[in-house]
Amino acid sequence: MPDRSTLDTPAVLDSPTDVAAALDRVGYLPDPGIATAAFLAIRMQRPLFLEGDPGVGKTALAVALAQITGATLVRLQCYEGIDASQALYDWDFPRQILHLRAAGAGGGDAGGPASGADTEALEASLYQRRFLVARPILQALETTPSVLLIDEIDRADDEFEAFLLEVLADNAVTIPELGTIRAERAPLVVLTSNRTREVHDALKRRCLYHWLAHPQFAREVEIVRRHVPEAAQRLARDVAAVAGALRDADLLKPPGIAESIDWTRALHVLGARSLDAETATVTLGAAIKYHEDQVRVQRDLLPDLLERLG
Amino acid sequence: MTAPLTVLTVLTGFARALREAGVAADGARLTTAVEALAAAGAGEPYWPLRISLCAEPDDLPTFDALFDAWFRSARPPVPNVPRGTARQLALARPLLAETNAGDGADPADDPLRTAAAGNEVLRHRDLAELSDAERDEVHRLVALLAPRVGTRRSQRRRPGGRERIDLARTVRRMLRDGGEPGELRYQRRRRRPRRLVLLIDVSGSMAPYADSLLRFAHAAVRVAPTSTEVFTMGTRLTRVTRQLRLRDPQLALAAAGRAIPDWSGGTLLGEALRAFLDLWGQRGTARGAVVVLASDGWERGDALLLGEQMARLARLAHRVVWVNPHRGKSGFAPVTAGMMAAMPHLDALVAGHSFDALRQLVEVISNA
Repeated sequence: MPDRSTLDTPAVLDSPTDVAAALDRVGYLPDPGIATAAFLAIRMQRPLFLEGDPGVGKTALAVALAQITGATLVRLQCYEGIDASQALYDWDFPRQILHLRAAGAGGGDAGGPASGADTEALEASLYQRRFLVARPILQALETTPSVLLIDEIDRADDEFEAFLLEVLADNAVTIPELGTIRAERAPLVVLTSNRTREVHDALKRRCLYHWLAHPQFAREVEIVRRHVPEAAQRLARDVAAVAGALRDADLLKPPGIAESIDWTRALHVLGARSLDAETATVTLGAAIKYHEDQVRVQRDLLPDLLERLG
Repeated sequence: MTAPLTVLTVLTGFARALREAGVAADGARLTTAVEALAAAGAGEPYWPLRISLCAEPDDLPTFDALFDAWFRSARPPVPNVPRGTARQLALARPLLAETNAGDGADPADDPLRTAAAGNEVLRHRDLAELSDAERDEVHRLVALLAPRVGTRRSQRRRPGGRERIDLARTVRRMLRDGGEPGELRYQRRRRRPRRLVLLIDVSGSMAPYADSLLRFAHAAVRVAPTSTEVFTMGTRLTRVTRQLRLRDPQLALAAAGRAIPDWSGGTLLGEALRAFLDLWGQRGTARGAVVVLASDGWERGDALLLGEQMARLARLAHRVVWVNPHRGKSGFAPVTAGMMAAMPHLDALVAGHSFDALRQLVEVISNA
């Protein structure tokens, strides 16, 4: 590895175990895979490419990483048709015009042509940093330290990927009128994808790849308890067990951790201390988001699952 | 310096094995892996290697298998593999168990190869002549097919490209900038998936193939749930799209079976096709769509009517593909009255009698 400076981070992050402990402290419970991936991303200064079913905590991991490294989180939400002017920078045209008008008004003779030197100076004054609107990527490069979260990259077009590749490669942005803005220290980049589209391999090759799986039962109970500490232990266990079983049931949209948390919260608000048929049915919308799935779960799956809970 | 060299040799070999198994562990990733191992220090190499050498969830089961074979250390239990992959793995297993029982010579690649060889034979066998176990295996393979139609240009446009100037956005931008002419905004046509319509003959003479064809239809619906329509034809027309939207093939097929009243009955192709065109096709379902008709062309009714309706269909649809299971047999000639009437209106006539023929059908559909 070329000698890039390592992050001098508030928490000591010298091993995956340290990272796991630090993530734990900020409320994100990682498994060894996540901890190793996060550790390597920090240590090797490589972008981290996260994939996984919706709701497994990809975005949450980026937020937690920002917290443990004491960095500012800059988020870029991708969408179809996003381009450089929304991701990188844009000139603040109205302010530039205003500046020109103000200069014109101050100059006195409005009609006469200005001298060559004046025009040049005026033109140069238009392209100053203060007229530049920094979009997320430029913000991240200018903020130190920072975590740049590029969320749902699969939603953007492939041209955007190529452009992103360029920025990630040298951690610098060249603005023709202003020069190159280089990051004092490379931001920690986290990319997430929901796999609605295959992301180009050239981009992936630059990144560390981690597939986020749904947590195992015990860890899910812990996570739910962490987010809804007021709920009964029994309730958290029931919800985690049912959610885990539903994930194997081949639903259109299997519940993620986010859904388990929501569901537990909804049940707790209704005063439930464990999962039973009645409360489960009325709160099912918190966990299952498709009508077809709801019908199937209610009719075919839930009675069985509840029975197994005992 | 011998120790690092050995590590490097092992890693290079491991990466090559991964590549041969279809994982994207190329040179750049190998370099990353070496760095990752160095960064992670001593300890379990599973996670550093997996994080640097894999590129998609489908790689993970292969990686796990090869990792076990190469390093043989106790690796942490992997919570759960992504859904799609788990399913694929489960699909490959039954045949493995049959053909590879008690033979553990080369754990790295032997099972995969044996399974592939077994499937190779099955691929070309006529569906009508398969045993139940073989048919199950073929059905598993069919479920993995992804019949997908190409796209068509939509009437709607979206930002981007250089196709034509987006007047509205350009002007809106100009207004924001106080009327100063600014950058031109462009727009291009959106592309939409073309509709795929499958009409499957479920009459008695098609009985050996209808089940597999419906499974094929199920695979098509799973790929593009909103732009695929499936109907069955016998003595009447039945729409089974909704039933086939169930994800599980068994459940979907069972639901479709309950919905089809004329399973293994007679054939009134012309009537059924007219019903399709009157009720669905003309109103839009067949317009600009790729229509796949699966039938042996044994028409009990009036072949003339079938000819007329086929002409109607050909005018509405983008492409009409006829799948005739007998097409794959030697000595086939389109001599049945129905087939003769339909022939002039077809863009393609393909076989559909074996798994391989169904795979070819996928290609015909995607090129349509």
